Formats: sequence, C-alpha cells, structure tokens
Amino acid sequence: MAHTKTFSHGHGVSNVNMDINMDVDSNLMSRIKANKQFSIYSALVVLIILVAIFAPWLAPQDPLVGEMKNALQTPSAEHLLGTDKMGRDTLSRIICGTQTSLFMTICLVVLVAVVGTFVGTMAGYFGGKIEMVLMRFTDMMLSFPGIVLAIAIAGIMGGSVINTILALCVVSWAKYARLVRSLVLKIRNQDFITAAQLCGTSTKMIIWQHILPNTLPMVVITAAMDIGTMMMEIAGLSFLGFGAQPPTPEWGLMLNEGRQYIQTAPWLMVYPGMAIFIVVAIFNLWGDSLRDILDPRQT
Amino acid sequence: MKRIIGRLMQMLGTLIGVSFLTFCLTWLAPGDPVSMLLETADTVVSAELVEQTRHDLGLDQPFLVQYVNWAGGVLHGDMGMSYSAKKPVVDKLLEGFAGTLLLAVVTIIFVLIISLPLGIWSAVKRNKLPDYIVRGLSFIGVSMPSFWIGLLLLYFFGLKLRLFPIAQSEVTAAGIVLPALTLAIYMSSKYMRQVRTVILEELNHDYVVGARARGLSETTILWKHVLPNAILPLITLLGMSIGWLLGGVAVIEMVFSWPGIGNMAVRAISMRDYPLIEGFVLWIAIVYMVINLLVDMSYSWLDPRLKKEAR
Repeated sequence: MAHTKTFSHGHGVSNVNMDINMDVDSNLMSRIKANKQFSIYSALVVLIILVAIFAPWLAPQDPLVGEMKNALQTPSAEHLLGTDKMGRDTLSRIICGTQTSLFMTICLVVLVAVVGTFVGTMAGYFGGKIEMVLMRFTDMMLSFPGIVLAIAIAGIMGGSVINTILALCVVSWAKYARLVRSLVLKIRNQDFITAAQLCGTSTKMIIWQHILPNTLPMVVITAAMDIGTMMMEIAGLSFLGFGAQPPTPEWGLMLNEGRQYIQTAPWLMVYPGMAIFIVVAIFNLWGDSLRDILDPRQT
Repeated sequence: MKRIIGRLMQMLGTLIGVSFLTFCLTWLAPGDPVSMLLETADTVVSAELVEQTRHDLGLDQPFLVQYVNWAGGVLHGDMGMSYSAKKPVVDKLLEGFAGTLLLAVVTIIFVLIISLPLGIWSAVKRNKLPDYIVRGLSFIGVSMPSFWIGLLLLYFFGLKLRLFPIAQSEVTAAGIVLPALTLAIYMSSKYMRQVRTVILEELNHDYVVGARARGLSETTILWKHVLPNAILPLITLLGMSIGWLLGGVAVIEMVFSWPGIGNMAVRAISMRDYPLIEGFVLWIAIVYMVINLLVDMSYSWLDPRLKKEAR
C-alpha cells in the first residue's frame, strides 16, 4: 500500500486522504440504503433502546414491590406473565430488566473497546519496549479462558453491577488490543503519517486526528458484533449469583430465582430467558448486517 | 523443538501472571476468610482464636511472602489446604475434575454427532432448503443463553416427560445426558457453521474440480478427498472447545447440580475458600494451555507439510 503513494507530498496528502474518506462515506450511505435488512434490524434495536429508556413508564406494575398474597400466580389478565415468589409482576420485571441489561452491556462494550483501543494504539504506535510489555500482557490474557477468571473476579470482589462490568472488562479487552495494534501498525507506516510528523504535528494530534479515525470502523464492527455475547456473559454471571443482586430486575438473576420454582412456576424461568434470547438475537442480526455493510469482504 | 520450548516458557509466564492476579484479588477482596471459617462453627469467637487461626493459615505474613510460599508449594505439588473442606486442594480439584472430564467427553461425542452431519449437509446443499434450516437452527442456538437451554431441557425432559433425573449428587449414566446435551446444543450451533465454512472452502479447491472432471461421484469426492483435508481445521476448533469445556461450564454444572469442577469453584467462591479458588484458576490455566499446545503439535503430525514450513 505505502509505496503506491510515494508521489504525494505535504498538504496534498491530507487531500488524498480526505477524498478516500468521502468516497467511503458516500459508498457507505448507498450500501446502508441498499441493505433493507439493516434498516429493519436497526429499527428493532431502536425499539429495544426505547423500551429500556421508558421502562418505568411501560411497566404495568412496580418491578420491586409485590404483595406476598399474590406470590407465584400463574399468568392471568392482571399479571400477563405471572408473579414471582414475592408477588412481583414478571412482565414489569422483564421490561425493567431491559434497562439493567442494556445499560450494563453498553457500559461493558464501550469500556472494553476504549481500554483495548488505548492499549493497542500505545503498543502499535510507540513500538519497542512498550509494545513488548503490553503485547505480552495481552497474549497472557488471550491464552486463558476468560470466563473462569471473570467468575473468580466478580465472585471474590462481591457481586454487583459495577464489579460484573469490571470483571468482564478485565478478561475481554485483549481481543480489541490485538485488533487495534495490527490496524495501527498498518497505518503508522503510511506516508500521510510521515508527512504529518514532518510537518511537526504533535504525537497526540497524530493519534487523535489520523490514527484513531482510521481504526474506529473495525473497532465499532467488532464491538457491535460482541454486544450479544457480552449480554449473555453478564446474564450468566448474574445467574451464578455474582452479578446484579436482588431485588434488581435483571434477566440472569430472575432466571436464577425462577430456577428454584421450576416445578411450580415454570413461567419464571421461561419468560426472562425468552427476553434474553430475543434481545440477543436482534443484536446479533444487527451486528452481522452492520459488518456486511462496513466490511463486505468478509461475507 | 525450539518452538515448543518457547511456548512452554510463555505458558510459565502466563501461569505466574494469572496466579498472581488471583492472589492479588483474594488479598484485595472484602470479607475475611478467617471469620468466615470460624463463624461456621457457630460459637462466639475470641480475638485470640482469630489471631491464632490467621497465624496458622499464614495470613499474617506480608503479601509477597504468602505468594512465594504458595508458589513454592505448588512446585512440590502442594496447593495448600481447602478452608471449607479441610482437605488438600489437589484432592478436591481432582475430585471435581473427574466429573467435568466425563461431561466434556460425552459432550464432544454429542457435538460431533450433531454438527458434523448437519454442517456437511448444509455445505453440500449450499443456498438450498437444508442449508437455510441448518443456518437458522445454528443462529437460534447461538442466541440462546446456555443455561436457559439447560433449564428448558430440564423442564421438558426431566419434569414433564420424567425421562431423566433432575438433580444428582453422584455421577450416573442417565444424569449425564441432559447436561451434555445442553452443552452440545450450545456448542454445535457454532460448530455447525464452522464445519460448513471449512467444507465450502475445501469444495472450492482445484482438486475437487479435477476429481469431478475425472468423473468421480460426488459422494466419493466428499468422503475420500474433501473430508480428510477438512479434518485439520476442524481439530483446531474442537481442541479449543475442549479447553473451554474443561474450564467454563460452571453455569451448566450448577443448573444440573453436576458434581464438577465449575460447581465446586462457585461454592468455593461463596465460602471465600481462597486456596481452593487459587488452585482452581491455576489448574484451569494449565489444562487449557496444555490442550492448546497439544492441538498445535498435532498439526505437524496430521499434516507433515507444516513441519517443513515451521523450520
């Protein structure tokens, strides 16, 4: 790639770069318009986000308070999806659970992407000893089943929303660091970076203006495709009792509580699981179609 | 050979790093293992007894000394005593590992039975009805949380149809079916896709065109030519899942109360049984990395061409 641009110098370089970006952008818009699936899935994703935001108003009853005399009721007109052991309305808890799950997942995905991008950029751009140390550490995290360590971290630190996010972040950033480093290595040796360096642009500016914008698309695709998996891992930790704590309405936790009543109240384990399944499926479809648009080569 | 030594050194580094990280966690963690330990005895605990126990367990020593002592013990095959079970950690780990290993082996057999035929079928009938069905199933499986699959199977086959026991404290032949099936469904949904991709890639090679030109039947091409070539990438994928199975199935073991290492670890964490947790993490790291190493080494054995390239 690099040697094809040997003829561009100085300010011309940034123009070339801008042209490429604009080209990509207009291509992108036409591809988004052509891809009907993506529009449908995006609409569904927006719907989920709206449910999460307006959960307190959408929920027919209070998700945290129930009457004990209503405990473990079968689904009825009043409680569409039945009630749990405390007499709380399952439907309301599932709707409010959207907020908990989505909030935790988005925090986790953003945190993982930021940490991974930071480590990857540092390693890729500066090279040398920094790169060696950071990449050794990254390899260490990658050569180990993350979920085991996440269980240990969340369990030992004590289950809570924040500890779950931190535990899963500790074991998930390495993949992003690796990806970003390889992208940065490709960009770093291109001529427009050398030109920027020659012009006396500060390292900070080069990273913010030239390196990061070029790594962002791949990071976004990877993060989008990871949303479903991350959501399931969060639910898994909560299911084990190391995530969100009662009385928080969280789907994994609800499944854990419902598990004890599998014989008498199966609706307690069917519907929260269904909620996870539907939301994860939508995010997976959305992530796949986003990848198809941004990175058509992989299909 | 040089490559293997390099890998072993890297593994050693990872083991030290991971065990140190776990050690730091137990040190940073809220909650005191000594009071947890003594409070279970259900008596009023004097300050002297707490201090004495702390001293006996070596918890009054500086952090690094504790770590070095522990690591020294590990090198002699001694991972300390489990606080809660009052047994050597090594014994507890082996006990739990037997159950997990059995579960992993049965799961892998199920995975192969489910995903190989379906994956191959889907690749051969590409973009036809069977392919869409298999891809649809695979997508559904990937989006379902494994523990939910487990709960559903438990409900239908255990409670409604009463075909299998719903909880067991001992390892039984009937009891292993549901947990293994749960894991197999979850894994097969990924594996089917990968089998499909690998077979499709092989079908695109020139030798397949050549074989067709020679008038060989599609069945012969598939069984005699394509499958042997597809085995190598499939083994890699399977090897990685074995490592995952041996370490990350705590959730499923809990759903079915399966007496495995993941279930044991979850209990150890709730009881703040630090030596057992440290032993568990280290053990899983070792198993996982050894399996990956074996998978890597099996390449050059299965495909001698790679041996030349490595040099």
